[in-house]
Amino acid sequence: MNYLLGAFKPSCNVFITFADGKNRKQVPLKKENGQTIMVPLFQSQENISGKVSIEPIQGKKVEHNGVKVELLGQIEMYFDRGNFYDFTSLVRELDVPGELYERKTYSFEFSTVEMPYETYNGVNVRLRYVLKVTINRGYAGSIVEYQDFVVRNYSPPPSINNSIKMEVGIEDCLHIEFEYNKSKYHLKDVIIGKIYFLLVRIKIKNMDLEIRRRESTGSGQNTHVETETLAKFELMDGAPVRGESIPIRLFLSPYELTPTYRNVNNKFSVKYYLNLVLVDEEDRRYFKQQEITIFRLQETST
Amino acid sequence: MVLERAEDEEKWLAEGIAAIQQNAFYMHRALDANNLREALKYSALMLSELRTSNLSPHKYYDLYMRAFGELRGLEMFFKDESRHGVSIVDLYELVQHAGNILPRLYLLCTVGSVYIKSKEAPAKDILKDLVEMCRGVQHPIRGLFLRSYLSQVSRDKLPDIGSEYEGDGDTVMDAVEFVLQNFTEMNKLWVRLQHQGPGRIREKREKERSELRDLVGKNLHVLSQIEGVDLEMYKETVLPGVLEQVVNCKDDLAQYYLMECLIQVFPDEYHLQTLEALLGSCSQLQPTVDVKMLLSQLMERLSNYAASSPDVLPEFLQVEAFAKLSSAIWKVVDAHAEMPVVGAISLYVSLLTFTLRVHPDRLDYVDQVLGACVNKLSGKPKLEDRRARKQIVALLSAPIEKYNDVVRALTLPNYPRVMEYLDSSTNKQMAMVIIQSIMKNNTCIKEADKVEVLFELIEGLVKDVDGIAVDELDEEDFNEEQNYVARLIHMPYNDDSEEMLKIMCAVQKHIMGGGPKRLPFTVPPLVFSALRLVRRLQSQDGEVVGEELPATPRKLFRLLSQIIEALSSVPSPELALRLYLQCAEAAGDCDLEPVAYEFFTQAFVLYEEEVADSKAQVTAIHLIIGSLQRMTVFGVENRDTLTHKATGYAAKLLKKPDQCRAVYACSHLFWVDDQKGIKDGERVLLCLKRALRIANAAQQMASVTRGSAGPVTLFVEILNKYLYLFEKGNPQITSSAIQSLVELIQNEMQSDSTTQDPASDTFFASTVRYIQYQKEKGGVMGEKYEPKKV
Repeated sequence: MNYLLGAFKPSCNVFITFADGKNRKQVPLKKENGQTIMVPLFQSQENISGKVSIEPIQGKKVEHNGVKVELLGQIEMYFDRGNFYDFTSLVRELDVPGELYERKTYSFEFSTVEMPYETYNGVNVRLRYVLKVTINRGYAGSIVEYQDFVVRNYSPPPSINNSIKMEVGIEDCLHIEFEYNKSKYHLKDVIIGKIYFLLVRIKIKNMDLEIRRRESTGSGQNTHVETETLAKFELMDGAPVRGESIPIRLFLSPYELTPTYRNVNNKFSVKYYLNLVLVDEEDRRYFKQQEITIFRLQETST
Repeated sequence: MVLERAEDEEKWLAEGIAAIQQNAFYMHRALDANNLREALKYSALMLSELRTSNLSPHKYYDLYMRAFGELRGLEMFFKDESRHGVSIVDLYELVQHAGNILPRLYLLCTVGSVYIKSKEAPAKDILKDLVEMCRGVQHPIRGLFLRSYLSQVSRDKLPDIGSEYEGDGDTVMDAVEFVLQNFTEMNKLWVRLQHQGPGRIREKREKERSELRDLVGKNLHVLSQIEGVDLEMYKETVLPGVLEQVVNCKDDLAQYYLMECLIQVFPDEYHLQTLEALLGSCSQLQPTVDVKMLLSQLMERLSNYAASSPDVLPEFLQVEAFAKLSSAIWKVVDAHAEMPVVGAISLYVSLLTFTLRVHPDRLDYVDQVLGACVNKLSGKPKLEDRRARKQIVALLSAPIEKYNDVVRALTLPNYPRVMEYLDSSTNKQMAMVIIQSIMKNNTCIKEADKVEVLFELIEGLVKDVDGIAVDELDEEDFNEEQNYVARLIHMPYNDDSEEMLKIMCAVQKHIMGGGPKRLPFTVPPLVFSALRLVRRLQSQDGEVVGEELPATPRKLFRLLSQIIEALSSVPSPELALRLYLQCAEAAGDCDLEPVAYEFFTQAFVLYEEEVADSKAQVTAIHLIIGSLQRMTVFGVENRDTLTHKATGYAAKLLKKPDQCRAVYACSHLFWVDDQKGIKDGERVLLCLKRALRIANAAQQMASVTRGSAGPVTLFVEILNKYLYLFEKGNPQITSSAIQSLVELIQNEMQSDSTTQDPASDTFFASTVRYIQYQKEKGGVMGEKYEPKKV
């Protein structure tokens, strides 16, 4: 039995470390099993280099048909579970077939890796980057080890960033004009704006500003759209009268937002909307949704 | 249902309080542990209780105060960066992450106040931000309390002059703008409160609203407390800002309250300098606003201000306060045609008070006010409203009280015109006020035309007006009023007899129409007043006697007889008779025999024709005898005629004792104890004898009718006359005659049929003792008495 059991135990430990692992910023990443682990953070066109150590269990030898490390960028659709789509796949052969008796360390380097998409954990879709080490053992089954890392890409401030200004209304009932100071916000930005009431014939109870995320996956007939409300921020309490103007000041930092993703590898899109909701005393909701673009601004502090 | 709601409210309040306490507990625990995150969480939860819509303002206030108390602790925590490790700037952002607006803004205000204190940012920027962000709460009650909180926490942090927050671009102007804006927003919310809820509980809403008004008014108070608000700034910024809001809110409750506040909280001096703006906006208020109360208050304040120090009076003149106020009032009165008269009048009263205090020398102003009052009253029926009448009395009394001099009031042409609009009882009341003032101040009215005006004013007392029959009035009141009029008639006086005569004529003209009830009160004082003039003329003249002179005794007597004649209509013959006799005596003293004779004639005619009552006749005849006895002016013929008449009347009295007494009194007519007096002893004796005869007859009559003769009183009385005339040296009165009379009396007294009367016995005994005494005394008189035996 012992022998048999031993046969199923991995015969070696595999460690993947990054070259600048000590200094590199670590960010939390939520795994499928719900655990949050800290993983290093990269951005596109960085060199991803490090070491892979293979340490056979004491007194064992590892026979293999070669060792390789892959850098994978994968998109996983939850409704198509287990089916990964690799949009990036880079391979480095680390060893030729042979036997390992003791710990052996290999250096690897992927230089200026193109990682156009950001790590993303959505409702129906996940985009992840992973280093995959494979010890190919033929019929005995390969030994595989993964190391996740996160990619975030920064954008410069947009050169054109117009405000959103709009007049909406229901005839003879409610006319408002609202204004958000920009159409593009970075993740730690503040939405400043105001709502001007031109005509109020309904009894408004309150007014909220919601941040909604619209995640669409698939294409054509298989498109799945999932909308989440990430923020619900009360702007106004009570019924205003004509001529009243209500200020908006919404800090985005408390919310877990991502940049806007448009058509990520033809697989999915993530868009953000500001939804202005007015609720009247009979709990009827009047709303107007406006898309905003969210981008990641290079944080000056890091 | 209402009850149920009230119970529910109690329950909601209790629940709210419990939740606040619970969250406050956790908050304090977090504060003790210096845990910022938890502290924010629980304070937000605690403040969420203020989001309720279930409570009336009163209950909500309760809840608010509890939360308010707890927020102090939080503020202390925020202040101490070492406890939470977050810079104030970050904290200012952090609290804005709260999802619900109400807790968010309460926290923001709390942090904001700490932020200002830290001076890390200009106070004005923070204040501006706070007041702007608070716009998010549009619910009237919640908004009002939130802004009230803002006002509370920022109050000691305004960049006022001399405050530590002033400077570096923070000026008083920023403080003022901040408070003004908060005020404006609060007022809007407050006004809006009336539109909340269904219409049927409107009344309740209004009540609730007035409970909240102080929250709004507090802002004005804060403004007035800002040191840096000087007159200039008040004029340029504060007042226009406040007035704009007041006028634009178009809500009567708010407008009235705020104007009232404005008038009360700012110094009088400011009001004075900004009268135009203040009054201008008064006319723009809603028609339902009680502008007159506001104006009254304003004028009262200004009046007091004027009275406070004479130094400020030039200011009033400089800004032409009267002109502005009065034109504002005319406008208000014009604009509110439906305003009850009482309102308009009370406005005039205030204006008048103001005028009297500020411009005591400007009678024309006073008259203008009265004139306006006349305009308002004209074309209306006489006042029925009791309050309005009261106001008019106040209006008319004010100048009199101020000047303590009716004469001044009399020079106001509009004064009597106002009086005309009073109903009779008020008119009388007013007339009494006038008269009492004259009495109190001993005002001397010197000109006939003023007397004329005065009597026109008190017309209600001297004449029947409105056809109200006199007998409907309370007699006591009436008598009192008439007594006052009578006293008044004595008041006018002028050293110049000519003018005095004019005064007389004026008075006469007025009182003649007084009717039978009044004349008995008013004629005598006038007569005596005229007689006083006569005496004065008499003492002056000698050198000036002539028809061409306007004021001669002769003329006066003509006037007097006219006056007294009026009494015949009353009729009051006894009174008239007395007055005729008075006049006759006066005429006698003036050596005007025909006049005196005429007066006597009048008296006799009255006696004959009008005096029917026997008692009155007795009195009258004695009066006539008395007066006639003193007259020295008559020639023999006239005197004979008159004395003859008098004795004739005396003998014709009804009762024997009266006859007797009158007749023996007539004896004096023939023996005047004077140098040139008439001394006709024979006729004296005749009178006395006749009296004795009558006394005898009376005695007999008594014994016939009652079985016993009356007392001897009459005899004793006649004896006394004998003695008097005897002493005066009448030769016809002999001691023997006296002797026999004494004996006669003694006999009578001893006779059985005579009624014993201790009084007459004593009388007789005294008389006898007197004779005895004279005898014993000796001297000339003793000798005369010597022969008498007693």
